[in-house]
Amino acid sequence: MRAFLPDYAIQAPGTLDEALRMLAAEPGAWTPIAGGTDLMVLFNAGRLPGRRLLDLSRIYELRGIEDDPSRLSLGSLITYTELLEQRAVHQFFPNLVKSARATGALAIQNRGTLGGNIVNASPAADTPPSLLAYGAEVQLVSARGSRWVAYDAFHQGYKKMDLAPDELVARIRLPKPQGLGFHFYRKVGTRQAQAISKVCLAAYARIQDRVVTELRVGLGSVAPVPLRARRAEAAVVGRALDALPIEEARRAVLEDISPIDDIRASAHYRQVVTGNVLAQMLKELGAARTA
Amino acid sequence: MEVHVIGASTIRKEGRGKVMGSAAYADDVDLPGCLLGMTVRSRCARGVLKGITFLEGVPWDEITVVTAADIPGKNFVAGHVDDQPFLVPVGGAIAHAEQPVLLLAHADRAVAEKARRLVRLDVEELPPLLDIEEALACVRVIHGERNVLKEIRIAKGDPEPVFAAAAHVVEGVYRTGAQEQLYLEPNVMIGTVEHGPAGLEVTVSGSLQCPYYVHDAMKQLFGIPGERVRVVALEMGGAFGGKEDYPSVIAGHAALLALKSGRPVKIAYDREEDMAATTKRHPSRTRIRSAFDAQGRLLALDIDFALDGGAFTTLSPVVLSRGALHAAGVYRCPDVRILARAVATNTPPCGAFRGFGAPQSLFAIERHMDVCARRMGMDPVELRRLNVLRQGDTMATGQVMREDPGLEGLMDRAMAAIDYRALQKAYAVRNAWDDPVKRGVGLSVFMHGCGFTGSGEATMASVAGVEGRPDGTVAVLAASTEMGQGKNTVFCQIVAETLGLPVDMVDMAEVDTKYVPNSGPTVASRSTMVVGRILEDAARGLRLALVQGGFLAEPYDPEAFREAMRAAHLKLGSLKTYGQYRANPGFAWDDKTYRGDAYPNFSWACYAAAVAVDLVTFEVKVEDFATVQEVGRVVNPTLAAGQIQGGVAQGIGWGLWEEVTFREGRMANNQLTNYIIPTAADLPHIRVEFLEGGSPFGPGGAKGIGELPMDGPAPALLNALRDALGDLRLDEVPMTPERILNRLEEARHA
Repeated sequence: MRAFLPDYAIQAPGTLDEALRMLAAEPGAWTPIAGGTDLMVLFNAGRLPGRRLLDLSRIYELRGIEDDPSRLSLGSLITYTELLEQRAVHQFFPNLVKSARATGALAIQNRGTLGGNIVNASPAADTPPSLLAYGAEVQLVSARGSRWVAYDAFHQGYKKMDLAPDELVARIRLPKPQGLGFHFYRKVGTRQAQAISKVCLAAYARIQDRVVTELRVGLGSVAPVPLRARRAEAAVVGRALDALPIEEARRAVLEDISPIDDIRASAHYRQVVTGNVLAQMLKELGAARTA
Repeated sequence: MEVHVIGASTIRKEGRGKVMGSAAYADDVDLPGCLLGMTVRSRCARGVLKGITFLEGVPWDEITVVTAADIPGKNFVAGHVDDQPFLVPVGGAIAHAEQPVLLLAHADRAVAEKARRLVRLDVEELPPLLDIEEALACVRVIHGERNVLKEIRIAKGDPEPVFAAAAHVVEGVYRTGAQEQLYLEPNVMIGTVEHGPAGLEVTVSGSLQCPYYVHDAMKQLFGIPGERVRVVALEMGGAFGGKEDYPSVIAGHAALLALKSGRPVKIAYDREEDMAATTKRHPSRTRIRSAFDAQGRLLALDIDFALDGGAFTTLSPVVLSRGALHAAGVYRCPDVRILARAVATNTPPCGAFRGFGAPQSLFAIERHMDVCARRMGMDPVELRRLNVLRQGDTMATGQVMREDPGLEGLMDRAMAAIDYRALQKAYAVRNAWDDPVKRGVGLSVFMHGCGFTGSGEATMASVAGVEGRPDGTVAVLAASTEMGQGKNTVFCQIVAETLGLPVDMVDMAEVDTKYVPNSGPTVASRSTMVVGRILEDAARGLRLALVQGGFLAEPYDPEAFREAMRAAHLKLGSLKTYGQYRANPGFAWDDKTYRGDAYPNFSWACYAAAVAVDLVTFEVKVEDFATVQEVGRVVNPTLAAGQIQGGVAQGIGWGLWEEVTFREGRMANNQLTNYIIPTAADLPHIRVEFLEGGSPFGPGGAKGIGELPMDGPAPALLNALRDALGDLRLDEVPMTPERILNRLEEARHA
């Protein structure tokens, strides 16, 4: 452990009100911590900048699942393991199941939270592409009140979010897909388990009369933020399954992304593989049985 | 009573403690008053240390600080060449970015860590030399006259005229990257220094492979005789060669801090420091030129083998030697020329890693044979069959194959195990389908020389012994260490077999240089074959002593043996017998000309791999892996199979994923998240078959197996990738998805 423990302080409020009051009193002074699976890595390496930690783990308001006929609402403290235990998640959001399974090791899945995965704002996180594909919304709460924002507008730049210093992510809400749907998730991480993604693509398409009427593609590790492949989506929506413009979509997605060379992969590899995985997704979509 | 212990899968001696969590590793040892040590490193690949500044922020008066000026003896780590300092002195040269400059110790590790960040080094930076080609081209000279740490030439006949007349000449260049050993337990060392009647007495204990290497290093560092140095090997969580030479450095650091502070000092590296600072497998570059006749018979080989040794000599001369001696592979060839050079660069010194130079040169020759076969329109399997060594053939050093290695038989067995020809047929059909997954199968044939190279064993003249204890059990006295390979168990089996006792009656004595003789380092696939043989002699000596002393009558049962030892103890006080290495008659080696018998014997193997490449992501999945090896005699089948499977897993990692990324001479991916080793999910079922040919040199006929499985996977995998993907430049490991994409694009644009 390279951090100097006496330099750090931690507070564990018992209720949401108390936590929000503390955040409001000293906005920006606190680093909220839930599962700690990202922050403790930095702490161990002596690189955790925030010195005052606000432990959210006792706040029951940030837990719990509401399963309505039209949507599923998840408390931000839900762990990957808890996600995997939810029947509704398996039934309506299979990509979320796959992304939870693809995250870290079992020990990480037991501690890490969905809210943490969002606010850590890593472009390589495994659940955001699925949340983008499902049109998620996040609820932000503060002593000033609460607001809902569309998740695809939440990430604004590398580690920059539509999140004020006094706000916490309280809930994540997902509309349940209606009608005939197609779900696709692929994480490319070199090895089969415990990998950090080099490219990640999640997609949800709605099909009516063998035409793609709705498509959302979420991408990870290919831009400063997890993002929607809006140009690629636009190329495909409204097209018949038998005539999906695969090459057009492949060209369009390169306009959507802005990958970099880093220690895990080259920008070129990410570009080619993003195009390939998108094409693979569209091939599978084109082959979807609709009768 | 007839007891057969050799050949039985007896239970691992230290297994229970490890499984139950009661085994005490060095970091579990708490000494009263112990301080925790930290290392301040150079952080600059090349330069001159001008000065050291201590910034405010910690109570410096509580912190023990050691610089090169505090060293009582010689500031060089004992080795083949004394060129690696324990600490860079002010005014001294900095040769790599992880070089220790200053040591700190405090009772609170966090304070020591904070202090480490408050030391500023004033360094005059110089441009570094960072790779093999730059070093060979003498872009800058950082060592000797031309950056060469060691050069070896092997010559048999004269290949040059053969190339001019040959039907086929094929050339190739092959590269391999550095690899981290990644033992589970990072390096830990504890040092204590006492002022005895004769002067300083130094004790170090920790995670180390070679107690007497550390012993030599402490003698030189403190300038004291051997009897005042004590080295204890504690429970070890893996090593793979990574704890062969570097523990001498850490032990020296801990002992220097202990001397200055007057308290015991523990230095425990965390994973990041361990990966960044300690030794790796040598990166390599091999050029091969080969000549064949019209039928595909190998006529001549011209091999230029180069290793990146890093900043200091360390073990590079011997790693180079083993690499050079394996460079011509398992092929008969009348005219051979091998030029082998280890070059200096401004990177942390490379060191020992399972295989020790052989995986690098064997990768090159085994990949090259495939390239040659395809170039000549032959089946790679048939080309090998035509050219493999047979009884009576000579190797590159002139070593005569006294027995037939049976290589064709090994190939037949491995191909049958993986169903090679059937896979080839099926893949030929399936790869034509519109499916992004392409499959291929490939193999490698190789050997690994057992024990030290050439005259190494004779020079070391290792000693090991057995002790009859008063309670009637037997202790094995050897400085060989247990790093997970099963030495404890195998040594006890060998002694138990020789004495006709159940294995429960034999135990290892603690590996402490005060009590156990120098049985040599725990390296080079030598423990079972060389030390095991010495123990066989020592155990025979114990039995003979009991029989001739009138304590024991043959035949006997274990109870009678117990009684005899009790009686002998009462009369003699102590009962220890020793054996010493005996050179094999008829074997000769000349270190100057590199002619003669390079190794007393070789283990032989053929490995076959089936791979699937996904052209969507360029990821490779190893779908099946078959290993067949001739290892003399298998002492413990479970442990032996574990050795093979573990080695193959490391070989697969080296071949496909494990890449040490250097930036300005420092490892940039020194974390498990970014240095990709295979998980269980990435590995196929690894089939293991042993053929037991027997060997006159090892105990019960055993040869070495520890390193063999590291040699074969990388070439077998890349040969299989060639089968899957067609004619690509598959000349480098690790063959990562990025490189496969790059090679495919290169082929498309060609």
